[in-house]
Amino acid sequence: MTKIIDSEITLFGINASPGICIGNAYLIDHEGVDVVAKYFISKKDLGSEIKRFKVAVKKTKDELDKLIKDTPDELRQHTHILQTHVMMLKDKMMYDKVMETCKKELVNAEWAVKKVLSRIQAMFQSMPDSYLKARASDIVHVSDSVIRNLVGSKKIEVSKITKRVILVARDLSPAETSQINLEKIKGLVTDRGGKTSHTSIIAHSLGIPAVPAVGNATDIIKNDDFIIVDGTAGVVIVHPCEETLLRYAERREKYKDYKNKITGESRFKAKTTDGVDIQIMCNIELPDEVESVFANGGEGIGLYRTEFQYLSSSTFPDEDDLFDKYKHVVETLSPKPVIIRTLDINGDKAIANSKDNKENNPALGLRAIRYCLGRPEVFKTQLRAILRAAASGNVGILFPMISTYGEIVEAKQLLCEAADSLEKDGKVFNRNLDIGIMIEVPSAVILADIMADEVDFFSIGTNDLIQFALAIDRDNRDVAHLYNPLNPAVIRMIKQVADVAKGKGIKIHICGEMAADPIYIPILLGLGLDELSMNPQSVPAVKSMIRSISMSDAVLFVQTIINQKTSADIKKNLMDTYGGIVADKLYKD
Amino acid sequence: MSTLSAVINSDSKFSKVAIINNELGLHARPAAMIAKLASKAKSDIYIEKNGENADASSIIDVLTLMCSKGSKLTIKIENMHDIHVLDCIIDLIEKGFGE
Repeated sequence: MTKIIDSEITLFGINASPGICIGNAYLIDHEGVDVVAKYFISKKDLGSEIKRFKVAVKKTKDELDKLIKDTPDELRQHTHILQTHVMMLKDKMMYDKVMETCKKELVNAEWAVKKVLSRIQAMFQSMPDSYLKARASDIVHVSDSVIRNLVGSKKIEVSKITKRVILVARDLSPAETSQINLEKIKGLVTDRGGKTSHTSIIAHSLGIPAVPAVGNATDIIKNDDFIIVDGTAGVVIVHPCEETLLRYAERREKYKDYKNKITGESRFKAKTTDGVDIQIMCNIELPDEVESVFANGGEGIGLYRTEFQYLSSSTFPDEDDLFDKYKHVVETLSPKPVIIRTLDINGDKAIANSKDNKENNPALGLRAIRYCLGRPEVFKTQLRAILRAAASGNVGILFPMISTYGEIVEAKQLLCEAADSLEKDGKVFNRNLDIGIMIEVPSAVILADIMADEVDFFSIGTNDLIQFALAIDRDNRDVAHLYNPLNPAVIRMIKQVADVAKGKGIKIHICGEMAADPIYIPILLGLGLDELSMNPQSVPAVKSMIRSISMSDAVLFVQTIINQKTSADIKKNLMDTYGGIVADKLYKD
Repeated sequence: MSTLSAVINSDSKFSKVAIINNELGLHARPAAMIAKLASKAKSDIYIEKNGENADASSIIDVLTLMCSKGSKLTIKIENMHDIHVLDCIIDLIEKGFGE
């Protein structure tokens, strides 16, 4: 296919997951036409393949006819183009050529359509008249509709991608992201989302670059376009020129070297320049992830999310299923600590087997501890499994989304009942485990001093805390830019909780994405966090950051920001003081 | 304005010439109008521009001729039965496709 030399386009988004990748775009566009699959058909299947194509063409024609029919009279003149599309469907150059291609090359109809289309597009591309040149879009539109109908209900899924590509989408649902196979995806670019949207978190945990919130990526990037994704800077470059390509290829190598270096050093403890040890823990979702906890130098699990087993089956998992998984993780990590968070079903992840899930505002709805206290039999099953696993190692339990003191008392009561029932059943278990709560609802921040009396540790979940404190839906593109860990209110809230914990003598952890970003580390250290928990892939960079700053400086630095008025002021101060270290580490080491 | 000429070829093929006079040239909708007429013909109808031929019944083929305003086209029929179709096409071009 003749390729017109396009000029380089630079798109800006958010630097959600670091790294650089270079490759072809795989567009999951709004209409669901994905990269076209190619496969060969046998001679005897040719007839049915041709028939499949004809049916798809007929279906497309029917859709267009209906569209024309449904157009109000006063807009009739605009239907000319649709009528033209109807005629193009049966155009010899298209219709006959596709069947001919199927026959000659024994390929599937989708591929034949794509091939014929490419040839036609190439002819149009070489036209000097820009108006006529643009007519190629009509043909593209028609063939896309046909391909869509050919693919039909068996929409190509993310999981079926067979070559290494960069995924470009408006947004990726948790269902789609969960199918992403690391082997096949080099990077992610989305129109929407933000630093802490589901897509970004997944990209982070996969260790691939991601640039969300680009706005118009899916309009500008076409399937198979050659693109560069710089997840460290939050930049996407479409059709890079050779010079740019070389620059980024070099940068990619540097980043790789840097990553290898810090990963190598990561098995050692993270000590600040003035000798303070900081415990670096990992967030995991799947039991398999314990391997990457070790590989990246994690010193335990600060957040073991337990939703997976509930989401992946059509019935509630039974106690033994849960116990087996927990025990595996706890034993593998032992004597390192594992903090198991109880079920935290939320807006993103609907449980497959629960009907009571239709809510207008699920993030503020029946989820996490509220759900569990309302379903004590479901909750107790999990509590029993956790108590049993606690016999195999160092286990802590963490209750999510606590917003009242009463919830802690109730949850602890159920935990006690679960322990009693295990004792009655003669099971092996350990009831002396550390009990903690997630601090992620503003009411818990305000009541921290009261709540501290009931628990052994606090774990600040910054993702939700920021979202609730600032009243920002982090997946809503219109407000996502307001979601900012550096908002003075956020810094002060963390300080308030940290001060309470210190005063009451309980431990304080942080397990939101904020802990995974090296630039925020000086603030978190300065605020007095005991433990930082993050996705395993972020551990090396965070440890490396900790080793290059001093605790006493960080404490002083926090004193300078605590009275600053705006996020912008704090950001500037932060970048002026510590930005150089981060940038140095990424590109110059 | 368009010129019109009729030539009887030695091999009994027949053609007429017309000049595109609408502003946007032979774009998708006019091509579709021509293709619709041509598809009614008994034999093939070709449009020639600067020595290149396109199948008049294919919108895409016609579009690839890239006929902007002022292009001189020769419309060729293979069979005299299609003379009426030919005349209709010529008429359409001359009227600037009603644009």
